Formats: sequence, structure tokens, C-alpha cells
Amino acid sequence: MRYLPLTGEDRGLMLRRIGAAGVDDLFADIPADKLLRAQLDLPSSKSELEVERLLSRMAGRNTPAGSVPFFVGCGAYRHHVPASVDHLIQRSEFLTSYTPYQPEIAQGTLHYLFEFQTQVAALTAMDVANASMYDGSTGCGEAVLMAHRITRRRKAVLSGGLHPHYAEVVRTLSRMADDQIVDMPADPLASEDLIAAIGDDVSCVVVQSPDVFGNLRDLTPIAEACHKRGALLIAVFTEAVSLGLVKPPGEMGADIVVGEGQSIGNALSFGGPYVGLFATRQKYVRQMPGRLCGETVDAEGRRGFVLTLSTREQHIRRDKATSNICTNSGLCALAFTIHMTLLGETGLRRLARVNHAHAVKLADMLGGVQGVSVVNASFFNEFTIRVNGDAAAAVEKMAAKGVLGGVPVSRLLPRGAGVRNLIVVANTEINTDEDRAAFVAALTSSL
Amino acid sequence: MTTRYTKDHEYVRLEDDAGVVGITDYAQSQLGDVVFVELPDVGKSFKQGEQAAVVESVKAASEVYAPVSGEVVAVNGDLEGAPATVNEDAAGKGWFLKIRLANAGELDGLMDEAAYAAFVKSLG
Amino acid sequence: MLNNQGRPTHAGEATAEPHRTFTSNRALQMEEALIFEIGRPDVTGVDIDEPAAFSPRLGGLERAAAIGLPGLSEPEAMRHYVRLSQKNYSIDGGLYPLGSCTMKHNPRLNERMARLPGFADVHPLQPQSTVQGALDLIDELARWLVEITGMESVAMSPKAGAHGEACGIMAIRAAIEASGEAATRRIVLVPESAHGTNPATAALVGFEVRTVPAGPDGKVHADAVRPLLGPDVAAIMLTNPNTCGLFESEIVEIARLVHEAGAYFYCDGANLNAIMGKARPGDLGVDAMHINLHKTFSTPHGGGGPGAGPVVLSKRLAAFAPVPFVTRDGDARRLVEDADGTQAFGRMTTFHGQMGMFVRALSFALSHGGDGLRQASEDAVLSANYVRACLGDLMSLPFGDRPCMHEVLFDDAWLKDTGVSTLDFAKAMIDEGYHPMTVYFPLVVHGAMLIEPTESESKASLDLFIATLRDLAFSVKNGDRDRFSGAPYHAPRRRLDETRAARNPVLRWTAPKLAEKAVAAE
Repeated sequence: MRYLPLTGEDRGLMLRRIGAAGVDDLFADIPADKLLRAQLDLPSSKSELEVERLLSRMAGRNTPAGSVPFFVGCGAYRHHVPASVDHLIQRSEFLTSYTPYQPEIAQGTLHYLFEFQTQVAALTAMDVANASMYDGSTGCGEAVLMAHRITRRRKAVLSGGLHPHYAEVVRTLSRMADDQIVDMPADPLASEDLIAAIGDDVSCVVVQSPDVFGNLRDLTPIAEACHKRGALLIAVFTEAVSLGLVKPPGEMGADIVVGEGQSIGNALSFGGPYVGLFATRQKYVRQMPGRLCGETVDAEGRRGFVLTLSTREQHIRRDKATSNICTNSGLCALAFTIHMTLLGETGLRRLARVNHAHAVKLADMLGGVQGVSVVNASFFNEFTIRVNGDAAAAVEKMAAKGVLGGVPVSRLLPRGAGVRNLIVVANTEINTDEDRAAFVAALTSSL
Repeated sequence: MTTRYTKDHEYVRLEDDAGVVGITDYAQSQLGDVVFVELPDVGKSFKQGEQAAVVESVKAASEVYAPVSGEVVAVNGDLEGAPATVNEDAAGKGWFLKIRLANAGELDGLMDEAAYAAFVKSLG
Repeated sequence: MLNNQGRPTHAGEATAEPHRTFTSNRALQMEEALIFEIGRPDVTGVDIDEPAAFSPRLGGLERAAAIGLPGLSEPEAMRHYVRLSQKNYSIDGGLYPLGSCTMKHNPRLNERMARLPGFADVHPLQPQSTVQGALDLIDELARWLVEITGMESVAMSPKAGAHGEACGIMAIRAAIEASGEAATRRIVLVPESAHGTNPATAALVGFEVRTVPAGPDGKVHADAVRPLLGPDVAAIMLTNPNTCGLFESEIVEIARLVHEAGAYFYCDGANLNAIMGKARPGDLGVDAMHINLHKTFSTPHGGGGPGAGPVVLSKRLAAFAPVPFVTRDGDARRLVEDADGTQAFGRMTTFHGQMGMFVRALSFALSHGGDGLRQASEDAVLSANYVRACLGDLMSLPFGDRPCMHEVLFDDAWLKDTGVSTLDFAKAMIDEGYHPMTVYFPLVVHGAMLIEPTESESKASLDLFIATLRDLAFSVKNGDRDRFSGAPYHAPRRRLDETRAARNPVLRWTAPKLAEKAVAAE
């Protein structure tokens, strides 16, 4: 087996040194009747070539986004990632290192985490950010728990524009922790009255912008209403590129900001691994979940970085920790930070403008199709259309014609009222005029 | 001036009608560098033995229990900016909070200075 | 003609002390500034054309103020991150004996497979008809995990080990609710030696944690568990093999007692690498166990993630697994995303789990095969025992000289009165070119040093590692404290001031104030 360096001779010598007659002597603590004698019912080892053949065959049965006109979003977005990003994250020292428990030999990781935290804080216009969460949805769940800790209240209000999967993650976590949730109904028109739902017992209001339907939401009045009632505003985003063009949650009074960072530097990868962004106000730092990297000096007075404030974490606080999180998304955070560094402020703003311009173009084209209307008053690079007929069937028909034309809302909200004819459509810089024309043609013939 | 000690290494020192609560010098030496002290709000009431504060070093977090029952009348706000005070002067400037005693009789169940010194010695 | 041109070829005279360099670089070891110090907001390393004029539809929510993001051109960015990478230790670069973390070789075939466009470039919300291969891969990996562990089914979506723990404990809670005992079964038993994630998870899911003491032999005994069990206990969380590197030999009896009391048995599977093909958790009475694909199945740990933590479940719990999950429909695979109409307890995350990690894990599993996985576990255990046998005379074994599983635990009894602590010893290993073992964990022994060599080391590599630790141990015994007290001497940084970092947290870069800038300019 090519990954196992020990030879039969080595094994014999080592057993002799240990004083064991055979390797099973070392497994003597396993009850004799539970020690497996037979081989597992699994195929035997394979060469690289054989594995490559097998997995390539599986991969070949999927339709890669890059092979067709592609307009799918709703929480994960296809953007162009510079070649250098993937090269850099595959460097051995990044790819095959562990969590930086020994900072003297992990300054590379700690240094980029410090930069990542600063970038995320700047992007969201918040004071501080952590070293990442698993993804946006789990970060959202953690944010609600954090708001409970801060306000000592246990009731969260979820906007009807929040990604339904995010809402489900929060609901699951809250039900398990015996906390309460107020679910606003699906809100494709961004017309819900959240402020009326903020009672004195509410810990937080969770609002997404751009929301799952693509609408941009002014968070300022909601933040004011929250603060008046002693509640926190948790702002959510799933498309980080939007922050290159859209007013950031920190400028609108958000107390905690969580987002999905996949769209910068990371592949679609069928849903994971992604990287959760998590930022907050300075005064709430000690209630924050997840790892934090901080600046300090070494014994010679040189600047260096360490994991810090770890007394919040499970390995010290155990059942009183702010979260049970241990592993985060280090490598995806690295991809994010490299891509962000390559973009810089100029590149990010330009990228965001291109996305918005393309989306506006597509919205105008689709608005002209018979039986199709654009629902949104405002949007970034994603919006919702209402079609004549069943949206899921139309999307399936388009797929059969070789166009991946968005997400039927009914897939996310199978029992949502008034959503059966809605499709959420994303348009990023990857889409060409030809793609858009193909989409319009496919949709027209699928209704 | 009466000072009494608990087995969890808190002290309570009577000043006027309030008890000044902190952790002992022995406790700070065991914790190492104190980096943060989480204090309760003024006005909060505790029963004897309830968690009243948390003291954190780089590697550990320890609960601080109310040595006596009563209402918190003051907390040491200086610790926020200078947690090292707990290491430097645990018995003096590094105090945590002041409690208005609900039941002075509770003091009788605590150790006096000599008993506490013997207790610490027994810990080795 | 005598040709005396050309460079000198003898070594010259080396002085004792290296001089300080102008740049503070040390040859290949480069000092590197922060991007905020070397980049500029008007620089970009990505060529993007401005769009043609259009009227925005941002509803008046345009971002006006500067963001504060510096940019670097591509060559500058390459150099920045390459230099940073050179400050990291890695499993590719050296032995990484972090106990409980299973830092084994990460095959590059896995990376190549994960990057196939059919896996890397598919969207989680594409029509299912366009992702049959991806669903098949999830299903196939699930089959391997179920067979290796002897369990009924597996929930694939959890994102990492602790997330998997939460998933397993939530499934247990759902089962308890289904049987109408939610109000009474409030307690989860956790041994002192457990990973911190275990009690944190139980608390997260609304349970009260009760500690189970470990025996003097480092194991949890049925006699210690029995008195704690009752109608108020929901579950026990045991790590097996445990964090002391020992197989819980009373596990079958403990499982029996737990089940008899109407409770569930959660097993922390962080140490699965010791027992693949040797014992199956399903045969031992386990009801739920997460598998760290980033440990046992070689998916790279990436400096702190991403992980992946599928949870295998027993028959009693299988129905409560969260959405989404893959079912078979003849030859086709179907993704069930809606919990309605199922007993699923809810959802752990958006989408379907760590697909990128699933591809790597299946690539690893296929490469090894059932026979190779068993051999990997045997080699991992053999290597740990070899280290134990070769160091046991110098370093102290808290539970005596007996076989361990895939990691060997030493304590600091042998360091007593030497003036050298576990931390000092670990830092001196850095100077020798080794990543230290896990230190000060588990908490049940004093000054713990937990060594996990994994199956990826050759005998020559193990021998050099052992010889190095022996040399260090002799230094300790000879009173050579300098080698330890100031270590590391040769790493990119000396010991870092963690107290300062925690007392006055600086968690982001901030622009120096104008005044300071003026002073610096003078």
C-alpha cells in the first residue's frame, strides 16, 4: 500500500522491540469476541490510476457549472477565482498543518488569520471578526445563541427574507436549547413589518441583506427599533461580493454580522467546505464563539501572533464554553483572504459593479419575456422572477435543455405560500451575453 | 477589621457594613497571569456559594463564588483595564466586589486567617 | 598557465555568533509585514473591466465610505503568502505527533480528485438530475463508513467533529422526545478525560453535564458508571479509544448498563484511526459516533479546518438523522431536503455537508481498501507502541508499561525537580525540527504529553524521532536547563507573550494614528 512506509521486516523488528508476539497482542484490550477476525466487506486496495478512473466516472455524471449557462445562487455563488489562489492554498505548509497550537512554528497561519479578521471587519464595517466558522448558516445559529447570552433573553425573530436553510439551522439549534423562535412568513417582496415583532422579550432580530430573494434591505430602522427594546440586530449575508457595492451592516447599526464567505476564493463544491464570516462590536468580543487570533510580541520583542481569549472556548471552559466549535474553516479562510488581497478595494468594488451591471441587464431581458416578471425593487447580483406556471418544472425543463437557470423557491420552501411560481436567479461576472441569451431562450421555451 | 476565607480561596473583608470580596494571594499565584475578570452588575443579589464572578488567566477560567449572601453594592471597575492588579495586590487593590451582607452569621462558617493559612499549607 | 580565477571554495572562518542582519531576515526565513502595511487600496491583482454605464438598482443602499482593503499585484501576493507559508510546520515537512489529532499523510491524489469539475464546480442547488454522480459519491462514502463502523446508517452533513457531536446528541434528544421522556432525561455523563467539545456539546443541546471519574488505570469502569445511571440520564459520551490512548476494555458492559437504564451511548470517534478493521463500534453497543474525516480519512487539516464530521447511527437513532440525506431510488439517487414527513430532528447546516472532504475521504478509502485500512490501523498502533517501548525507560508512563492504542501518553513525573516543564520540553522539540506532541491534554494526568505518530512514518523516521527525544531526555537529566528554558531558539519566533495578547487583545490591524506617522517620518 503506497501510503504505508513500514515493511514487513520493519514490523517484525518493531514487534520484537516491543516484546509482542504479534500485532494482535497490542489489541488485547478489545474484548476477544469483538476483535474482528475477518476482513471488512469492502473492496481491496487500489492504485492511483484505478481510483482516478472510478472517481472520474462519478464526477462525469454531474453537470459542472462551468460547462453550461449557469445562474444558480441562493447561498453559493460561482465567481472567477484567480489561479494563484488554488496554487497557494495547496502549499504543504498551509494545506497540511494543524490548528496553530504552537505559535512559534505556525506564524504563517496566524499571520493570515490576523489579516483575515481585519479584512472581514473592514468588509462588514464592524470592530472585530473571528477566525471563521464552518459556514454562514452555522455562524447564524451561533450568532443567535450569542445574542441570548448577551441579552439574557431567549427569543429570536427571524425575517422572512432569511435563507430558509439558515432559518432551519437556527430553529433546530433553538429547539434543542429550549429557546423560542418567531418565524416571519416568506417575504419575497421585502414588505414584512419586523419592527412590530420586536417585543421586550426578544433577544435578537435576524435579517438577511441581500435577502434570499435578492432584495436589499435598509437595516437602519430595524437596528434602531432593536436597540430601543434592548434587542440585538443580527445581519446576515450569503454573497460577500455584495459588500463591495452595498452599504455594509456595520454602518446600519448591526450588532453581530454573519455571512457566507464562499463566494470569495472558494469553489461551489456541492455545498462545502465553505467559510463562515462572523463579526461583532468590540464590547461583545468575549461572548463571541470560535477562534480568535491576536497580536503580541515574542521573547525578543518581535511582533507575532497567537490564538487568544481561548478561555471562552470548549477546551478550557467545557460545558460553560461560548460554543462547542473546535475546527473552523482555516483553509477556506485562506482562500478568501488571498482572493481578497488580490482584489483589494479597487478590484472588489469593480467586481461588485460588474456583477450588479450584469444582473441589471439580465433582469431587463427577463422582464421582457412573456409570462415573466421581476419581483424585486432592488437587488445586487441576484433577484427573483415570477413565472407563469410551476417554477420547479420550468427549471427542470431548462436543465434538460442545458441551462442551469436558477433555484425554484419551492425547493427551499416546499410548503411556502405563494412561492410555487418563483425562481431566484443569480448573475455574476462569469455570465456572458451569450449565456444570458441562452437563458432567456431556454426559459421562454420552458414555460 | 475582620477577614474571612473560603475553601475556594475567596476572601471577604468587613469594611463598614459591606464585605469586600476578592480572591486570595494564594489563588492568584495558582492561576497565573490574570487577564480578565467578569464582574456582576451592581444591585444583583447572591446566595452564599453562588457564582458571582469569573476570573480568567491565559489558560484557565475559574468561577468565583459569593462567600456570603447579599446584594452587590459596588464592583471594582479598575480591573477591566488592569486585570494584573489581581496578581499584584489580590488582598488590596485587586478586590472584585462589595456585598451588603444579608446574614452576618454566615461569617462564622468561614475560616479566619490562621485557619486559612493552615488550609493552604495542607494543600502542599 | 595557472588559472587562479573564480570563487573561493573553502568554508572560511565561521564566527561563533551570527551577526544581526539589516533586514532581520535569516536567509530563507523572511520577515513579512502585514498586507495593510505593504498593500494599497488602489492596487489590484485582478484585471476586471469596468462595466458599461447602467442605472443601478440598489435602492439607495450604495456603499460610500472607503472599505479599508489593501490590494497587492499578483507577484507581490505570491511572495507574501509563500513567505508566510515558510513559517509553518506541516506534516509534509516533518513528523507531527499531535496526539488525538491524527496528523497522517495527506495524499495528493485526493486533492486532484476533489478538484475534478464534476465535484468542485457543481452547485448544491442544481437540479438533482444534474448531480447524480455527486449524490452517488456521498452514498458510496456512507456505505464505507457504515461498514467500517458496523452501524445502521450515517448522517453526512455535519461540518466537523464537534458539529457531528452536536448532531449525534441532537438525534439522541429527538429519540428521547419521541419516547416522551424529554422532561426527565436531562443528564449526559462525560468522563473527566473527554475532549472539551463533549461537555460543551451536551450543554449546547440543553443537557446537564455530570462527570464520570476515570479509574487509576486511565479507563472508565462499569462500576463508576453504574451508580450514576438512572431514569434521569439521557446518554453517556465516551471516547474510545480514549484520550489516554487506551481502549476502554469495559465498553461492552458499560453499553449494556447504559441501554438497560434506557439511555444512549455516544462515542467520540476522534480516535477511530486505531481500530479500523479491528473492532466495530456497532458491535460494541455504540448508538452514535462522529468520524473526523480530517483525522482518520486523511483530508487535510488546513491550519485549522475545514473538517468533516459524519455521524454513524444505530438502529434506534437512524430515523432521527437530520436532513438532507441521500436515498436510493433504483439506480437513481435522491436527496431528501425536507424534514416534513420524516422523523428527522432538523437541519445542521445549509446544503449537504463537506463534499470536498467526502471526495478526498473516499479517494483515501478506495486507495486503501478494506485490507489497507486495517493495515493502517495496525501500523498506527504498532508505531505508537514502538515509541512507548523505546522511551518508557526515560519518560514516565502514568498507567504503567502496558500496550497503548495509536497514541502513547506520558506524564511529567519524570520531569519533577528538574526545572524543566512539559511546555519547555515541547518547545525544545521545535528546535530539533519536530512539532511537539499534544501537551497538557488529557487533563487527568499531570503535564500530559500525548504522542500519536500515525501509520505514515517509516521506521527510520520513528527511530530518529525516538533518538531525538532520548537525547532531550538525557539533557533534562543532566541538568542542561538552557536547552529548554529559552526554547525555541531557532524557530521563526521565540516564545510568544500570551498574557499580553489576552490582557490587551489586538484582534485586527488598525491604521497608525497620524501623529505616530509623523514621528515615524522624522
